[in-house]
Amino acid sequence: MSALPATPTAALDGVLQRHGHCPTELLQILIEAQDLEGWLPAQTLTHIAQSLHIPRSRVEGVAGFYSFLYTQPVGRYRVLFSDNITDRMLGNTELMDALCRKLWIEPGKLSEDGLVSIATTSCTGLCDQGPAMLVNGRAIGQLTHRRINEIAEMIRQQRPLELWPAEYFQIGDNIRRKDSLLNLDMKPGAALAAVIELGREGWLQEVQKSNLRGRGGAGFATAVKWASARNASGEPKIIVCNADEGEPGTFKDRVLLNSYADLVFEGMTLAAWAVGASEGFLYLRGEYRYLMPQLEAVLTRRREAGLLGHHILHEPCFDFDIRIHLGAGAYVCGEETALIESLEGKRGTPRIRPPFPVTKGYLGRPTVVNNVETLAKTCLIALAGGEAFAASGTAQSAGTKLLSISGDCAEPGIYEYPFGVPIARILEDCGASDTQAVQVGGASGVCLAGYEFQRRIAYEDVPTAGAFMIFDGSRDLFDVARAFVHFFAHESCGFCTPCRVGTSLLQGFMDKLADGHGAKADLADIDWLDRLLKNASHCGLGSAAPNPVIDTLQKFRPAYERRLVSLDFEPAFDLDAALAEARQLTARDDPGAHLHTHEEEEK
Amino acid sequence: MSPAPAPARKLRVATTSLAGCFGCHMSFLDIDEHLFELVELVEFDRSPLTDIKDVGPCDIGLIEGGVCNAENVHVLREFRRHCKTLIALGACAVNGGLPAQRNHLPLSECLREVYQFRPGLDNGQIPNDPELPLPLDKVRPIHEVVRVDYFLPGCPPSGPAIWKFLTDLIAGRTPRLANGLLHYD
Repeated sequence: MSALPATPTAALDGVLQRHGHCPTELLQILIEAQDLEGWLPAQTLTHIAQSLHIPRSRVEGVAGFYSFLYTQPVGRYRVLFSDNITDRMLGNTELMDALCRKLWIEPGKLSEDGLVSIATTSCTGLCDQGPAMLVNGRAIGQLTHRRINEIAEMIRQQRPLELWPAEYFQIGDNIRRKDSLLNLDMKPGAALAAVIELGREGWLQEVQKSNLRGRGGAGFATAVKWASARNASGEPKIIVCNADEGEPGTFKDRVLLNSYADLVFEGMTLAAWAVGASEGFLYLRGEYRYLMPQLEAVLTRRREAGLLGHHILHEPCFDFDIRIHLGAGAYVCGEETALIESLEGKRGTPRIRPPFPVTKGYLGRPTVVNNVETLAKTCLIALAGGEAFAASGTAQSAGTKLLSISGDCAEPGIYEYPFGVPIARILEDCGASDTQAVQVGGASGVCLAGYEFQRRIAYEDVPTAGAFMIFDGSRDLFDVARAFVHFFAHESCGFCTPCRVGTSLLQGFMDKLADGHGAKADLADIDWLDRLLKNASHCGLGSAAPNPVIDTLQKFRPAYERRLVSLDFEPAFDLDAALAEARQLTARDDPGAHLHTHEEEEK
Repeated sequence: MSPAPAPARKLRVATTSLAGCFGCHMSFLDIDEHLFELVELVEFDRSPLTDIKDVGPCDIGLIEGGVCNAENVHVLREFRRHCKTLIALGACAVNGGLPAQRNHLPLSECLREVYQFRPGLDNGQIPNDPELPLPLDKVRPIHEVVRVDYFLPGCPPSGPAIWKFLTDLIAGRTPRLANGLLHYD
């Protein structure tokens, strides 16, 4: 809650100046412009459009795309409750209702005095310490009724966030099991020195020998990606670290960036050496903005140590630097081409592939997009060699995997395992009991039932970007699937019709069942929608959106069937209630002024 | 498309218009000389063509228009009960169409505007005769009230589209409209 500068326009011009009036910086400009007044008034958008010489519609289009950009006034205290299923299981709904009651406001609405607004947001990556919220972008975990009472009081007293108790903002790493990566204690620059020794070609060969595959979920071979970008024409080449960790239930990148940032930045630099890249971006999801100051500090330290910038480690042809680019609450930007669009200051709409980013990525240049964990892992390869790395894990999945474990277990947190670990072993280690199901890979991943707990975490069996949410016997898997369907409907970028309309229709059917209007015919329609989304969507978001429903319909079908009130068809609304207004206007109450919900009742 | 082979017995077809403008029925008549072929293949139950008032057991039911009042609900349910295959014919049956433009206004506002506040209307009142069906608070596409088997979009679907659709159905092919015939206007 810093004081406003004398003239907002002067401050805004400062923001524009800092970003060189460059349209590719539009998203960063909007984020910083919003910091000035808490939201983006129409005249601010107009001023930005004029200063950048771009159509106002483009500015408005970007401002309207990201959920953390506001074109309507929001409260001076902007409270967003994380609404992942794990937050719900820990009682976030009740806590949000309590806070709304105490502050006399409705969710999603601004208080009359402009003091506070309260709403929900997608998973904030604090599932191991939920229920969680963001207040003006700052993360608070472990919410309890006591904390909610105190927060209500501090908001009422208009106490600045800086004066809130420091322990509120303490986010723990909760590392429960370490293996090769989390045990690595590397002196910054050690891996770089090793690969400069190897030469660019030698280094790429080591990565190839390591069989390292992308940790973002898809598992593409890292060496192949790097070699393609190296061989592609176009300069300068770009390395992007994808830290837009939006998959519900994932938080490993948060921990890596918090406590292992040097490994991540060193990994980016190792990639730059292999590819011949000179520019790097860390795309940091808006939810992790609180990590910005410490990440910037690490970058500064690395520049001072000669690990970034010109002539890295005195190597004459090795220039590389990294900038942090903030996201603003859009899950789809985790998809690499949407991320690149966002980097270019546009709406995060996925591109058509090919061309792939390795040949035409950021501003049409060869671009490598790697996951945070993938890049950190390259340090291990640089230090111990590719063969040593390939020796652990399974045949097709070399090395270890970080799992973000949350839900019904005694010890949620980060667990590092060699690939090939069975689900049952993980459940035992984290103290889970009476486990009914595990959602591996987040909302877009796979839901495993008890009979599958002998399956293993590996690309050849159960692939995952790291999310591991546990549901015990007390949970209703229909509620879990419905929460994920709502998530996808909210996060659909709106570009293609199958996904925009399909996720919304699917949400309608799940709500119909939840509201007690379910019918057997709905299950057939849900099947049809699942196929449509899977086959016709433009990108992975739409094609993954029906996964939670497909899996739970197959493995937990009774959770759906017990909600059916008809074996044929049932309207989603009450027909007689739909006549109530007309009855009131005409003062009629004769039999003809009523409709029965079911036809047979009229006989 | 060659004329469909005649089935063993004539199929029975019923049609009606709920909250529609009969434009889809007019378009149906636009199949012109195919009407002669059609009557060789089907016989009509309740339809504006026959003036039969109550629908009986049928193979195919064509519904034009959305559901805007209690009577529409009754007629639609009767069709669903009697027709093995029920088809939403045209934009209003599929989506609510033009009549659904009132959905963003409260029903009371619509009725008061028409019956009470219209210029030149003295002491107007909202009709309350029990003979009149009460309007629903919102106009609904028919699939929100009963189960629907097929949707034929268009405002209206063209004569050739309706002919192709019906001949497919009568011949036992799953109806499929090629690019030129399928449109969402």
